[in-house]
Parts: sequence; structure tokens; C-alpha cells
Amino acid sequence: MYQFEYHKPASIEAAIELMNEAEDGKFIAGGQTMLPTMKHRLASPTDLVDLGKIEGLQSVRVDAETVTIGAMTTHAAVAASVDIRQAIPALAALAGNIGDPAVRNRGTLGGSIANNDPAADYPAALIALNAIVQTNSREIAAEDFFTGMFETALEENEIITQVRFACPTQASYQKFANPASRYAIAGVFAANFSSGLRIGVTGATAVAHRGARLEAALAGKQDPAAIAAALQGVALPVEKMNNDIHASAEYRADLVKTLTRKAVLACL
Amino acid sequence: MVGVTMTVNGEAVVGEVENRTLLVHFLRENLQLTGTHVGCDTSQCGACVVQVDGASVKACAMLAVQADGCQVATIEGLNDGKTLHPMQQAFMDHHGLQCGFCTPGMVMSALDIVQRHGNTVDEATIRHELEGNLCRCTGYHNIVNAIAAGAAAMGDETESAEV
Ligand SMILES: Cc1cc2nc3c(=O)[nH]c(=O)nc-3n(C[C@H](O)[C@H](O)[C@H](O)COP(=O)(O)OP(=O)(O)OC[C@H]3O[C@@H](n4cnc5c(N)ncnc54)[C@H](O)[C@@H]3O)c2cc1C
Ligand code: FES
Ligand code: FES
Repeated sequence: MYQFEYHKPASIEAAIELMNEAEDGKFIAGGQTMLPTMKHRLASPTDLVDLGKIEGLQSVRVDAETVTIGAMTTHAAVAASVDIRQAIPALAALAGNIGDPAVRNRGTLGGSIANNDPAADYPAALIALNAIVQTNSREIAAEDFFTGMFETALEENEIITQVRFACPTQASYQKFANPASRYAIAGVFAANFSSGLRIGVTGATAVAHRGARLEAALAGKQDPAAIAAALQGVALPVEKMNNDIHASAEYRADLVKTLTRKAVLACL
Repeated sequence: MVGVTMTVNGEAVVGEVENRTLLVHFLRENLQLTGTHVGCDTSQCGACVVQVDGASVKACAMLAVQADGCQVATIEGLNDGKTLHPMQQAFMDHHGLQCGFCTPGMVMSALDIVQRHGNTVDEATIRHELEGNLCRCTGYHNIVNAIAAGAAAMGDETESAEV
């Protein structure tokens, strides 16, 4: 790791000012991705601006329709939150299966979605739960937020402050985890709303996406046999699937359908 | 160089570090607390697990400056140098170690497991919770047994302390 300046501002305004002054500044949240990246010298910021001391970024608020989680809330805190476990149990369960306990004690919601690893879990939940990403300057709908592999709609020096999830009537997240890292080889988040079923898919393609073909095929299907039959008829574009040492594109295309079936059945 | 202040195993410590100094290097090199190991330096193995403000973290994935002002607990703080902590004793009794390289991280993770899941934590939970700790020797089985026994022994201890 190269040398850098370290700052721990107490407010969002101060954090942004420090970033504006820095030659090549980077925010650090839980550091679970940032520090390994710096060790590998894939990033060598001149300044690290730690978001850990800013008040209000670790809050969890739940009302009848939404769950709002501060960007600096750790995966462990989401997994353990009684309110989230009641409102959207599948979201708490997702957080509780990210990495391992030590990673969950440091890693944060904001860091995970800003990083937008194609195999990260949260993006699937944000898309399925029609979430709104709030930053210091605007609100971004989840489907517009994840723009590409490790790329998001965030502008330079923009800070995610919180994420607002819509509460579904039922939801389930199913992932096929890489046994070493626990990252998703593929993961499917299914959520039922009065307006219909929403599906978010991660791990399978360069960037998490909405499972539009799957949603269309499954609309109105309530019976396990009908669900299985409908999925059989869906042709997912193999050429868009990730093809790497962990799994082939064909395998992933099939896996997404299997995970969708499990997730949708769990929502019945 | 910048100054950091933290409480390590109950004692106030001060030190001079670079911003890029990892917590694990501060513990090992500045404080000579070499019980916390570096197995991988890539967040995979868990040999460096310590507790910061009561939660287990990988000390190779945290800067010393990030731990400024925090309470840090390492394997050295578990006993007085004479009597083993019940969890350490359980690792010994159940052959939960061979070379011992992973053991400090295993024991610190085990204490975190007991803290969150209690004294009767089951095998499946222990295995799930150990996902971030690698051992190249034991095959894990005896580690899992040791943690279950250590958890129970810690319960007995609190009970007798309460009596
Ligand atoms: C061993 C291991 C296993 C893992 N397994 C999984 C897994 O199974 N599933 C999974 O999804 N993830 C997994 N992760 C990743 C983990 O969830 C990280 O916590 C996450 O990727 C980054 O979060 P962080 O808070 O540590 O962010 P950092 O590493 O601190 O930051 C990551 C990036 O986000 C930016 N950033 C952080 N916060 C903000 C903000 N509020 N606003 C704007 N930008 C911000 C930073 O500048 C940086 O570019 C794993 C990580 C490790 C080390
Ligand atoms: S040395 Fe920290 S996880 Fe391996
Ligand atoms: S006892 Fe040797 S690595 Fe675990």
C-alpha cells in the first residue's frame, strides 16, 4: 500500500470539501474492498476520507411501506436489526450471508453498492425492492444506479447517505455462493408487491439487473407446477452471462432459473 | 507519522504509526503482541481476527488509525499467563489445534460466536460462523467440538460466578 493522507471528517459537508481539495481522494467506509484494492495497488489514492465518524449514516428507520438504512450501516447490523427482520426478513437474511462475521462487522451497505461488484448481494435486493439510493445531492432509482461492472451512477465525490427499500408482502433471496468467498456465483431476489412480482438478479451478468423475462413469464402464476413450467419456457441470453473459472455462461443461465424457482416458491 | 491512542486488552496504549499501518502490524510490531497472526493479508484466513469495540474484525483489513480511540481485545488478553481461558482450555482438551497458526483467530472468533449465540450454540451455527477462519491442519471437526465445549464451559463459569 502506498502512503496517503487520512481524514475522519464529522460531517458530509466536511467530507466533500476534503475530497474537493484532495488530488486523488477516495472515500473509505468499512474498508473491506478499499483496503485490499490498495494493498494490490489497484488503487493508490492520495487521500482517504473515512465516513465512519459522520453522524446519522448508521440509522435504520422502518415504517409501514419502507425500510430506510443509512449507508454506513454494517451488514452485521442489518442482519441483527429486529425491525428489518420483521419488515423484510429476506433483506436481513441476505446481509447475514455476506462473506463472514468479521467482514459483516466492517462492511457497509453504502460501500457494497458504491463498489458494485458484479457478484455482490445487495444490488439484487435494491433492484427487486424498487429501492431509492439517496446521496448528498439527489435520489437515484436502483435500476438507474447500477450502470456497469464496478460502475454506478455516482458522480465524483458524491456520497451515498441512505437507501430506501419498499416493503414487499413476501420476499426471498436465493444465492449460489462461491464456497471460498461467499460472493454470489448467481443470486436471485424475488419480491411480491400488490402491483406484482419483481426480480433482481446478481452474479450472473456484468452488472445486476432486473429479471424482466422472468417476471413476465411468472406473472400471475401461483402454483408450483405452473411456475416450473413457465420457467422452462424462458430462454435467458447465454451470451450475456458471465463465463469465468467459477461457472460457465450456460451453467449460470440455468442457475438463474433454478434460483428464481426457489425464490418464487419461497414467496408463495 | 501520526499518534494513535487505544485501549488494548484493558490497558491504554499510545503509538506512532503511518496512515497506512494496518491494525495487525500495529499490534504485532509496535506493541509486540505477536499472538495475532498474519496468514494471508488478503482478508481470507481469519488468523488476524481481534475484537474492536466488542466485534470481531480482521486486523489485516483495518487501519491502525481507524482503530484510534477504540477498545481492542487480542488473544493475549484472555488469561493472566497462568490459567487458560475456558475457550483456550477447550481447544487444548479437544485437540482443536495442530500447528496452532490459525488458533488465535479461531479462539477470538469463537468468543464472538458465544457472545452472539450463547452457551448452547449448535454445530451448524458454529460451522456457518467459522466461514472466515481457515485451518490447514485439523479438518475443522475438533475446532467445532472445542468451540461447543468452550461455549458450555463459559456458561458454567458465569453461572458459578452468579451463585
Ligand atoms: C472475504 C470477503 C468476503 C466477501 N463476501 C461478500 C459476499 O458474499 N457478498 C457481498 O456482497 N460482498 C462480499 N464482500 C464485500 C463486502 O460486502 C464489502 O463490505 C463491500 O464490498 C464494501 O463495503 P465497505 O463498507 O467495506 O466499503 P469500502 O471498501 O470502504 O469502499 C468500497 C468502495 O465504495 C466507496 N464508498 C464507500 N462508502 C461510500 C458511500 N457512502 N458513498 C459513496 N461511495 C462510497 C469507496 O470509496 C470505495 O470505492 C466480501 C468481502 C471480503 C473481504
Ligand atoms: S491475515 Fe487477515 S484474514 Fe488472513
Ligand atoms: S492448526 Fe494449523 S492451521 Fe489450524
